[in-house]
Amino acid sequence: MEALLGQYDVSLVRTAAIAVIMALSLNMITGFCGQISLGHAAFMGVGAYASVVLNIEGLGFVLATLAGMAIAGLFGLIVGLTSLRVRHDFLAITTMGVAFLFRGIVEQMPALKETDGFSGYPLPDYGIYGYMGVTLAAAALVLALSVYIRRSWMGFTFGSIADDEDTARIVGIDVARFKLAAFVLGTGLAGLAGSLYAHQTTIIQAENFGFIESITVLSMVVVGGVGSIVGVVVAAIVLSLLPLWFQFIGDYKLLFYGGLLFLMMRFAPDGLAGLIERALRALRERNAPRASAGAGQ
Amino acid sequence: MSAILSVRDLTVRFGGVTAVDGVGFAVEAGTLLGLIGPNGAGKTTVMRAITGIVSPGEGTVELAGRRITGLPTHARVRLGLGLSQQLVRPFRGMTLIENVAFAAGHALTRGALGAFAAVGRSKQRARARELLELVGIAGRAEERPDAVPLGVLKRMEVARALALDPKVLLLDEPLAGLNSGEAATLADTVVALNARGLTIVLIEHNLSEVMRICGRLVVLDNGRVIGEGAPREVMADRRVRAAYLGAEVGDAAA
Repeated sequence: MEALLGQYDVSLVRTAAIAVIMALSLNMITGFCGQISLGHAAFMGVGAYASVVLNIEGLGFVLATLAGMAIAGLFGLIVGLTSLRVRHDFLAITTMGVAFLFRGIVEQMPALKETDGFSGYPLPDYGIYGYMGVTLAAAALVLALSVYIRRSWMGFTFGSIADDEDTARIVGIDVARFKLAAFVLGTGLAGLAGSLYAHQTTIIQAENFGFIESITVLSMVVVGGVGSIVGVVVAAIVLSLLPLWFQFIGDYKLLFYGGLLFLMMRFAPDGLAGLIERALRALRERNAPRASAGAGQ
Repeated sequence: MSAILSVRDLTVRFGGVTAVDGVGFAVEAGTLLGLIGPNGAGKTTVMRAITGIVSPGEGTVELAGRRITGLPTHARVRLGLGLSQQLVRPFRGMTLIENVAFAAGHALTRGALGAFAAVGRSKQRARARELLELVGIAGRAEERPDAVPLGVLKRMEVARALALDPKVLLLDEPLAGLNSGEAATLADTVVALNARGLTIVLIEHNLSEVMRICGRLVVLDNGRVIGEGAPREVMADRRVRAAYLGAEVGDAAA
């Protein structure tokens, strides 16, 4: 194993796997259900802090992670409830507030703040390859869940709400209930990413889950193509690794991800998935006359 | 027979304007009722108060003996109201058959857990295809809403409302924007649905079709009911004629 993947490579795989979970979790809210969130990393933070504290309390990594997910999902439910009355731009502003609120609260809590962050919690003893396997397995499960939901009637209903929520009501959809379901699912999975993130390192800080991180995750979803599972996975892998490969991207994170977000929204609102789809369609149309001419001979 | 839908003392105000003023009428089970009146009479507002899209200042709406006035729209739909709106609102990201199949799966979309547990759409698609055939647009089932003309979308909305298995079907100007041939075909479909026992409330401007197919009319003007009864009697009424043709000569002279 060591011959194939050095310690640095392992950290890259872990980072990408956690980014995939984060991006897919936001994709459930923003992609499937059409509800924008500019504060998604805050729920990752809730999961990170909650799981770490519960791990210290002796719950163990697995139970602490599950509890962290539940707590993140509960916070998601609360934020979702307060967001139900707002749409579009106002939802963006509300969720942006969540990003700052999270950091503000954590930094005001002496128990969580310490001096430079929160540290000294037990780590799971899976070894670096074992832990990499755990993150990969978790990412695979979240991917499978995404694919399943997309195919289920829940995904069908999310899609109807993203499409036109007034019409969804006319066909009997309890829009609020399904939006809350999307929020709880998405934020709960962000909590999973948070616990996995916290337990790969020895220290977490509120700024790890701040506004910049929320924008980063949103840019993964938008670049990949809002709602497209494959596109979002690819974008999450590439965009999470780029700053590790190219130092200057890490230095200008907000500029890079913010700029990317702006460019995609402006020029390719359906993301790379949409760009590729359009390119393929254009190619087919160009080839179609030739193909039919060939068939005629 | 008893009233399946009854509206009592319904009043809706928008700011200082009273759009609907003390409107009341009852719809007997199995009837095809036409709700008519000149532009701005308040027909669509009455329809929207029935479905809960606007909330009335006063008055009650009862569906099958149950008061639904305080309920949100989706809950009223679940109790048996099917609605086809005046301005078409298809799900633009879905094909026509998906639009209808989604509504046909209403039992699966009641709650989030049930929807999560349910996979597979073939039964609902089959039902949707039947309904698209019924309204005569099965040939365009796989097309997207942006690719088909208004007349097709109007019929799709009727099919989508039917997919909800409603007790009462509310149709808000289903014939508007259709040519006379299309309008007559869709009107015949409405009659056929009614003949199977479905209660229908039809808001319509196309008077000749309304007179042809409706068993009973309620006429609104300026937010009030000014006539009610069998089509020929109602249209013979002086006040109804005045509302449609403008003030009578005698009134103008006075």
